Amino acid sequence: MKKVLLNGCEASAEGALAAGCRFYAGYPITPQNRFPEYMSERMPEEGGVFIQAESEVSAINMVYGASAAGFRAMTSSSSPGISLKQEGISYLAGAELPAVIVNMNRAGPGLGDVTPSQSDYFQSTRGGGHGDYRTISLAPWSVQEIYDLTYKAFDLADKYRNPVIVHADGITAQIMEAVELHLRRKRLPEKKWALTGCRDRMPHSVKSLALTPGVLETHNWKMAGKYRKIEQREILCSKYMCEDANLLVVSFGTCARICYDAISMAREEGIKAGLFRPVTLWPFPYEELARQAGKAKKIFVVEMNLGQMIDDVRIAVKNNIRIFFYGRPGGGVPSSEEIFKEIKKI
Amino acid sequence: MKTIYKRPESLTANATIYCPGCGHGIIQRTIAEVIDELGIREKTVGVAPVGCSVLSYDYFNMDVSEAAHGRAPAVATGIKRCLPERIVFTYQGDGDLAAIGTAEIVHAAARGENITVIFVNNAVYGMTKGQMAPTTLLGQRTTTSQKGRTPENNGFPVRVCEMLSALEGTTYLERTTIGSIPDIIKTKRAIKKAFTYQIEGLGFSLVEVLSTCPTNWKMPVSDAMKWVNGVMTVTFPPGVYKDKAAFDKSSDKRDEEK
Repeated sequence: MKKVLLNGCEASAEGALAAGCRFYAGYPITPQNRFPEYMSERMPEEGGVFIQAESEVSAINMVYGASAAGFRAMTSSSSPGISLKQEGISYLAGAELPAVIVNMNRAGPGLGDVTPSQSDYFQSTRGGGHGDYRTISLAPWSVQEIYDLTYKAFDLADKYRNPVIVHADGITAQIMEAVELHLRRKRLPEKKWALTGCRDRMPHSVKSLALTPGVLETHNWKMAGKYRKIEQREILCSKYMCEDANLLVVSFGTCARICYDAISMAREEGIKAGLFRPVTLWPFPYEELARQAGKAKKIFVVEMNLGQMIDDVRIAVKNNIRIFFYGRPGGGVPSSEEIFKEIKKI
Repeated sequence: MKTIYKRPESLTANATIYCPGCGHGIIQRTIAEVIDELGIREKTVGVAPVGCSVLSYDYFNMDVSEAAHGRAPAVATGIKRCLPERIVFTYQGDGDLAAIGTAEIVHAAARGENITVIFVNNAVYGMTKGQMAPTTLLGQRTTTSQKGRTPENNGFPVRVCEMLSALEGTTYLERTTIGSIPDIIKTKRAIKKAFTYQIEGLGFSLVEVLSTCPTNWKMPVSDAMKWVNGVMTVTFPPGVYKDKAAFDKSSDKRDEEK
């Protein structure tokens, strides 16, 4: 298939359109400005709705409305904007509305910097907003993969009626790579719960308020069952040279890609290093990581933050194995050579 | 025997949990009557955000979405843009619309979204038991302005119709009250016009209804009704603040006459 040259914003947008997303609302923020710009052109071409909202808060609530109306709907932003969307994401989760939120992670806290980072890991994997809920979080490491995973995100969102985060970063947002646009969803799932007017049926409501005693607890238990199913069924991870590795490098997204080259360097010098890359950050591949770690003697976690995924790695391997960490917070991006040097120290 | 008064089809049989003398019952019934009369119940989607107004999803016999506090105009925008043939309205209180949701209401109005907003202004936060609202009158005592609202501490009440009338995107803005039977009839006429304009695709309409909250005003119901028309209307004068469609229609007529 013919490939086209796109950056990560454009590829993610194409993945969404291929998945049948017909509603996008967004707000400018670097490094994902290309996303609303591209959608403002492409969405109307596909017969969908593009709105530049007055804020990230409003954008996520427009997505809430579009999703309630039965449409596949999305928004994109970067870290400070994603913080603003957390109220809406909590409401989406509570009302069990599907939606896709792309986060092109930049460095924080606060206004931080526009440089790439992975410091929103906790926010993506622990819920982010208020209440007992989870969001599926997908972490692409290339422009092709952000296309594929954004497409997949819509299927997962509909399957579980839950918001899905595509957790990328400023590098994936802005690099250009050749992408195969090989997907096209022809038939969308029927949404009998959607608010379309109550012709020939009883009225529906979409809500997260439950004032009657006990109802909210029951609702939360029902959602817990859903989250358990997601944990059982939807884990994705990828492995590179793990079979004989005695040093398992654990990294995700862009950082994993940098580690990939560092591992090749290590192999050339006879160091048996392998790469374990969680693709779903939640649900996290605990069991598979524990299995791989059992064969290795040491684990080396590399992240573009102060060490957030390391908590999940510890949950996976408990205290059975020594964990080393190298991180670059605040927009620092390590080079492969830098990581290779760290590998040699272990 | 002839039935002269019954529950509109657009209201459910659920008993409301509003306080005695609360205006929500009157206003929600009025909306329901209008929706029945226009025959649009089966294609209408309501949006109820946070405050006493949120409970309306139990009372409107039609599709209703809840929204986060203040965000109803954004949620309504999402629904209406996806389903332009449906009739979409929001039902919002003063704290919701004129404080936490000012960005959403201003920009939905500026975009000229073809939706209808019913804005219930009772000058107080009702559900949270009577704190100062953006529309609380100067001198009015609330639980967070116990000696009365002062401009020095609390600034001035927000006049929503006046403020939105400056935006080109708005089509129809009217302020009414529920302080007397003729006023309730006027309110119904305004709400009907707002929905009719949406059906005709004429753009953004908002009806601000001055309403009662005897519980938090700490007033007998009869006094509350008098307070709406006698006191609130001084700060919030009822009237049509914009009717672009009527203006356009009359100028078309004048052009024809020429």
